[in-house]
Formats: sequence, C-alpha cells, structure tokens
Amino acid sequence: MAEKSSIFDMIGPVMIGPSSSHTAGVVRIARAAIRVLGCQPETAEITFYNSFARTYEGHGSDRAVIAGLLDFKTDDIRIKESFRYAAEAGLQYSFKSVGNASAMHPNTLKLNLSGPNGQVEVVGQSRGGGVIRIVEVDGFPSDFSANLHTLMIEADDVKGSIAFIADVIAHDDCNIATMTVSRRGKNQLARQFIEMDTALKPLTLEYIRHLSWIKNITYIPNIE
Amino acid sequence: MSLLFQDFASWEKHYQETGEPLYQPVLQYEIEQKDRTEAYIWENIARAYDVMREAVKTGLTQNMTSRSGMVNNGAKKVAATPITVLSPDFKLLIARTLGAKEVNSCMGRVVAAPTAGASGILPGILTTLQDIHQLDDRKIHEALLVAAGIALIIEENASLAGAVGGCQAETGSAAAMGAGAIVYCLGGTVPQAFNAVAITIQCMLGLVCDPVAGLVEVPCIVRNASAAAIAFSSAQIAIAGVDPVIPVDQCVMALGEVGQSMETRYKETALGGLANTPTGRAIEKQVLVQDIEILPDTPSE
Repeated sequence: MAEKSSIFDMIGPVMIGPSSSHTAGVVRIARAAIRVLGCQPETAEITFYNSFARTYEGHGSDRAVIAGLLDFKTDDIRIKESFRYAAEAGLQYSFKSVGNASAMHPNTLKLNLSGPNGQVEVVGQSRGGGVIRIVEVDGFPSDFSANLHTLMIEADDVKGSIAFIADVIAHDDCNIATMTVSRRGKNQLARQFIEMDTALKPLTLEYIRHLSWIKNITYIPNIE
Repeated sequence: MSLLFQDFASWEKHYQETGEPLYQPVLQYEIEQKDRTEAYIWENIARAYDVMREAVKTGLTQNMTSRSGMVNNGAKKVAATPITVLSPDFKLLIARTLGAKEVNSCMGRVVAAPTAGASGILPGILTTLQDIHQLDDRKIHEALLVAAGIALIIEENASLAGAVGGCQAETGSAAAMGAGAIVYCLGGTVPQAFNAVAITIQCMLGLVCDPVAGLVEVPCIVRNASAAAIAFSSAQIAIAGVDPVIPVDQCVMALGEVGQSMETRYKETALGGLANTPTGRAIEKQVLVQDIEILPDTPSE
C-alpha cells in the first residue's frame, strides 16, 4: 500500500518554477550534497546526465543547483539570480553534460565539491515532485532521501559493527527507515548510510564518533 | 476514522450522513493521516493562497521573459489590450491565469497545484472568483481544501502527472479542482460541485502533454488559461443543475484509462505533438545544450 499523500502535495509545494523535478529536486540534491561535504564548498563541478543533459539551461537546473550549494531553500526567490550570489560568495563552478548514461536514472546529477573540510563526490536522482535520492557518495552506494534524518558512517570493516550501531540507535529511541552498507573490500573501509524517522541526540552522535573503529561520521538532519 | 478520499461516492455519502461542510473531512484526513494540527493546516493553506495571489500580481506587473524566448509578457499584453472578446471579467481571468503560469516558467515562486505545470489555473480562478463575488479569504481557503480532496481522489484513481497521464492529468485535474471550488464557493449543492468536476474531466479528456523543447512553456501556459475557462463553463453548467450523465467517479476512471493507453510520445517526453512540429524542432535545437558528451551504447547485462 502506497503512503497516503498529504493535502500539501495537492496544494503545494510552494516552490520556484518551472519544474518540481528540474528545479526543486535539483536544489534539494545540492543542499544534501553540501551537508555530506560538511561545509560551504569553494569549488563545484556539476555533471548533468540524460534528461538533464540537454535541458538544464532551459529548466534553470543550473541556477537551481548553484542555489542549493548556497543552501537556498526550494521556495527562495533568489534561485533565479543564484549565479550573482555565487560570485559574491566566491563559489567557483563549472557545468558538464553527459547523455546516454544508460545505467543511470533519467534525471541524475553528479556533484564534485571541495571546501576547507575536504572534498566529496555525490550522485543524486530527482524523482519528480521534488523527491530525491542520494544514490552514491565517494563511489559508495547509498540510498537516502534527505526527507528523514541520515547518519553517514565511515568505519573499519569489523564484525558486529552494523548490529552495534543499530542497537545504539535503537537505545536512542530512533526507528531505522533504510540502511545501506558497503565496503571497498574485505577488512577495508566500509560505509553505512542510515535513515531514521526521528533525530539522534547529540550525545549519541558523540558516542558513536569516539568508537575506536569509527573513522568519521556525518549527520544530516532532514532537509525541507 | 477519517475519510480516505478513494472516490466521490463515499465523500458524498459522508456528507449525507454527517452534514459536515465539504472541507471538513479533508481537514480531518490531514490531521489523522499526517499528524498535522488544524492550526497548521489553516496557516499553510492561507500561505498557499497568499503565494498564488502574489504570483498573479508578479505576472501582471514584472518582466516575464524566459531564457528560451518563448515566454514574452503574454499576461500583461492580455491585460492591456483594449479589445474585450467576451467581458472584462473574462479578460481578467485569462490575464491572471497566464500571469501566474508565466511566473512559474520564469523561475518565480508558485504553488504546484496540483503540479508546477498547472500552477496558473487555481490562482487565476480563485482570485477572479473572489473579486467578482466579494468572497472573504476564509471561503477561498475552504475551497482550496475542497480542491485538495478532489485531487486526492484523482491521484488515487488516475494520475496528476503529465509524464504518467498526459496534460489531461495536470491541467485537467487543476481545472476539475477549480470547478468544484467555484461551485462550493457559490453555495451550490454537493452533487452540483461533484458534477462540475465530472463535466470538467469530460472536457479535458485526451489532452496530450507535448511541451516544445521539453520546457514548461509552450503550450503549457495557454493551456492553463483554457483550463481556467473550462472550469468556469463546467461550474456554470453544473450549478444550473444539468446532469453530466456519466457519474464523476466513472469520469475519473476514464481519465485513468485514457492516460494509461496514451503513447509515451505524448507524455512529457517532447517526442510528439507540438514538440515534434518543424517549428518545435527548430526551437528545440536553439534552446537545448549542445555541448554534450554522449556515452557509447552499452549492451544490457
């Protein structure tokens, strides 16, 4: 049974046009990506795939992605003028188009971002109505919507780590909605992407961060 | 248990059993299904109407040109022309609807109602209705809830997306929402409101989604205007007590059936119809990004 729609999906969302998938969804992918990076990016290379590749200018997806990198919300009227705001913020960016990427969703976007905290590669899909999925981070498969709260963990591939993290989250009274786990190879670096219905307590995050086999964690609260 | 908006028959039955105004079960649905408070709902419905009003105003006062060049201040031209083909109110309806939709095409702020491609229709209808009949905002907010209930039923039994059901699913649904809202606001009966939905669907059935160059501009903008006009003609017919013959739930089924059997080329793919005319293709060549790397075909695994 599909989840029931809200009346605010019928009368809404309030958004900047022209298209929920090519404008609003693109803003949200970029807003998710800067949270994965963990800071304001200084440079951004943006690749538009498939259906986006030829129409990104006409639909304003280029302005939308830059607006998202500046953390503008989907109903922010500054989206149209985002290039000007990017210049003021000192954000360097470039666009590239790739067509016929048959393994990818029709509306796919890749963001290579770098900033004071480091760099990251994020691949996102815009699935219509402003709904998105982040499907890859630094080459690791992921699957989160940024509608819920997401915990991203970089850790050693040790036995019991998944069960342990799930247990810690359960003790914080959080329900796990989705979980994606993968690793570079046996006993190598592993990534967990955990989507939760409710927010994690800062204390729980700090505890996880200080475990000896954890390399890094990034917490992404839901994005409007 | 709240009404789940699966068909119009149960909504009408709910009304007969409880005597509640049409918007009441829509409120209840959102409260129960989405854990919203009543205050939150009224506040956000009011915000949606404010954004609609603002879009109409922006479209009629600011420069509305799109990057493709296909949108060029059409709403303001209609508002300014001394020629009135029907009545000043009709001219205003068309200008306001075009205006709000042009704001969407030109990267302004709109309410997707039910979609961005149809975002001019309810603003044009509701601001004009309020103006002519001197309705207070509360009445319009109630009508928006009624419109949302109509859309929930169409989504459940057909579709609201052009990529799934063609233009009839987007502008057709918005017009149906508007027609029901008009009859509600003017004090028509519940069967009359639902008949207005039925008649609107009958008028919009079969409309394909064939946007030139894939952009939400041509013919989307003028179709918003015609959809608004059809909402008024349908409301006029229904509120007079004319029987649509085919009941509203069966009209919605027909909308779904036609949408399903429509070829992919007519579902927002820019492959058929106006998008595939010589002029449509020439415009496409101009506006599409040409600097593009095309990956080689990979054999499927």
